[in-house]
Amino acid sequence: MQAETHGTLISGGNGPSLTREQFQQAFHNMLLIRKFEEKAGQLYGMGLIGGFCHLYIGQEAVVVGVQMALKDGDKIITSYRDHGQMLAAGMSARGVMAELTGRETGYSRGKGGSMHMFSREKNFYGGHGIVGAQVALGAGLAFANKYRGTDEVAVAYFGDGAANQGQVYESFNLAALHKLPCIFIIENNLYGMGTSVERASASKEFWRNGEPWGIPGRRVDGMDVAAVYEATAEVVAHCRAGKGPYLLEIMTYRYRGHSVSDPAKYRTREEVESVRKNRDPIEHVRHILLDSGVTEDELKSIENDVKDTVKDCVEFAQTSPFPDPAELYTDVLQEG
Amino acid sequence: MATDILMPALSPTMTEGTLSRWLKNEGDTVASGEILAEIETDKATMEVEAVDEGILGRILIPAGTQGVAVNTPIAILVEEGEAVPEHASAAAPQPSAEPAQAAVAPVSAPATYAEGETYVEKDWGPTAEITVREALNQALAEELRHDEDVFLMGEEVGQYQGAYKVSQGLLAEFGEKRVIDMPITEHGFTGMAVGAALTGLKPVVEFMTMNFSMQAIDHIINSAAKTLYMSGGQMGCPIVFRGPNGAAARVGAQHSQCYGSWYAHVPGLKVVVPWSAADAKGLLKAAIRDPNPVIFLENEILYGHKFECPTDEDFILPIGKAKIERAGTDVTIVAFSIMVGEALEAAKVLAEQGISAEVINLRSLRPLDTATIVESVKKTSRLVTVEEGWPFAGIGAEVAMQITEHAFDWLDAPPVRVAGVDVPMPFAANLEKLALPHAEDIVNAVRGMV
Ligand SMILES: Cc1ncc(C[n+]2csc(CCOP(=O)(O)OP(=O)(O)O)c2C)c(N)n1
Ligand SMILES: [Mg+2]
Repeated sequence: MQAETHGTLISGGNGPSLTREQFQQAFHNMLLIRKFEEKAGQLYGMGLIGGFCHLYIGQEAVVVGVQMALKDGDKIITSYRDHGQMLAAGMSARGVMAELTGRETGYSRGKGGSMHMFSREKNFYGGHGIVGAQVALGAGLAFANKYRGTDEVAVAYFGDGAANQGQVYESFNLAALHKLPCIFIIENNLYGMGTSVERASASKEFWRNGEPWGIPGRRVDGMDVAAVYEATAEVVAHCRAGKGPYLLEIMTYRYRGHSVSDPAKYRTREEVESVRKNRDPIEHVRHILLDSGVTEDELKSIENDVKDTVKDCVEFAQTSPFPDPAELYTDVLQEG
Repeated sequence: MATDILMPALSPTMTEGTLSRWLKNEGDTVASGEILAEIETDKATMEVEAVDEGILGRILIPAGTQGVAVNTPIAILVEEGEAVPEHASAAAPQPSAEPAQAAVAPVSAPATYAEGETYVEKDWGPTAEITVREALNQALAEELRHDEDVFLMGEEVGQYQGAYKVSQGLLAEFGEKRVIDMPITEHGFTGMAVGAALTGLKPVVEFMTMNFSMQAIDHIINSAAKTLYMSGGQMGCPIVFRGPNGAAARVGAQHSQCYGSWYAHVPGLKVVVPWSAADAKGLLKAAIRDPNPVIFLENEILYGHKFECPTDEDFILPIGKAKIERAGTDVTIVAFSIMVGEALEAAKVLAEQGISAEVINLRSLRPLDTATIVESVKKTSRLVTVEEGWPFAGIGAEVAMQITEHAFDWLDAPPVRVAGVDVPMPFAANLEKLALPHAEDIVNAVRGMV
């Protein structure tokens, strides 16, 4: 999913914007995440997925917009809310679903689960369950890019809750001090578990939290995939040019509970419904596409594609064997 | 096609719940994402959302029903114009959460001890006398020269030449790219180093002392040690965490702790505990070349001690092998790091009293060279463990358990552990001395059992 510049330009602005083809691609990828996650929630309900399962529904435009501004070799790291990131990074729905259901064919051969998946091939570095840990690790991915003298960037995603962890600020300092090509992305979905930003954070403008270290920041509408793409494209250029880290606060919303087992009593049903109705990132793109002349049939065909992919990955996962008991003891240490 | 809507599991532990309320009626159209019903679990009231769109054809479980088992069909969803079947289950087979394969008896844990030959140290030829500090410095310099992916980072490692001068001269030779001064930010720079290691670089992280690694222990354990496993073998983490460990001299409770047993507890780590200059050099080189995270526990007092060390430029030691520093027949004394010196001192005194002690220098706590200890105890029938850390759940406890498992019938007396006193380290010179094990304590322990 790389940014391409051919085709019809739909939304204007100063920076590069998305072509109709890219909007179609974005529609597909966002819908894939949405449908995949709905399915994951359902399989959880059926007992096929266990443990924690944090869904990305509502936040799809963030990761899809960011990913379109990246190129091969750029490194990505995130929290436990990682299914969307992996699908956007081009990891297979089959491998992700198989991991969610704890199968041998999953990305971590069934040893990682929902929160811990990785792909060296796609430069996806996980999948981390300790809130904030991925931020320092992400600075390390950027450090490695710089050490090796490449122009690759690292993207570290974290939540509004994570944004107040101490190591986030240690990482800001290190990244600014060493001018690391690191894009810190705060996905502000307004809640860290059951605690609203209002109640958790004295700073309400996370995009400014890098100021003491001279890290430029920007707040972006995360329900608008083109806006996310445009902002990220500019920020990526900044990082590739060796100008150091950048902070993006992307405003978004999660429709489901924090995890599947969260009854979400800390917000009203009306609040959720209003976002769904008025700001849904997928519906937004659907309208843009229809206005630009894409037909209902063309959209239907994308939807069918997505349905097939999801159906296929569930079948694949369900028919995959559980890991062999001998797997219990492998991958603790590397031979060397 | 009609599909069953099943009673969902809405928490990791839920097996049944109460269907408290339907928000849709039979015949209603539902869109995916719409709330169909409310369910009470043992913890909370949860909403059941529709995953597919369609018409609620029939409600199978009425509102108010208690004890509805997970996966019970609670309603049938049909398509526009479709007749409602009695049961949809035939059309939509219910996937099973049971393993497809027959349950297999658990494979036994990998043996940490296989009966057999114990390790014999290679003869490395000529030696020269150097300090432990010089040995560490040489090992770092040689590995930095040997591999471009190796770099050293930590507080005061560069311009200051190392808080304890271990990295003296390295900045001049390798430059700022490879010898990197860090701000006082252990949590952050350890995480950064681990992130870099996940991409294949080989950082050596110096902690000014291991006490400060507590700031970063989350990254050492959760990020460095577990990622290989969690990634199904994809993400190795070739990194070394090193620094002085344990008591120095009169630096008080927060600067005097031994972390041997803490780190040795963790699968996914290797834990190395050198005593001599040869240990320091040979094992640090091995640690840097190892593809796994290695905790390398040095000792400040030993930095200035001199030992003979092989001069062969290929000199390296294997991680996981203990060394018999002194052979004996009456008792096995197991020690590591600075306590090896105390144990050898004790053996000398015991020899004068006609007791022949075998002294084992563990060199590595994880993996532990159980074979060498077992073979020794089979010969001596007595075991004394020595460590400066606290006794409870310490290395001595583990060694004694290994011996209980593998050489119980050879024991003539219960194993005895000599360890640091179970208190935070005091400051006063006399109290500090009392808090730490000395040769005399080892002698007394041995005399109590022979
Ligand atoms: C260090 C740590 N503390 C607490 C938790 C438990 N926990 C998991 S997610 C979470 C909320 C995080 O919220 P946020 O960063 O906003 O991310 P979001 O879930 O909204 O994506 C908490 C408290 C944890 N996993 N790690
Ligand atoms: Mg949040």
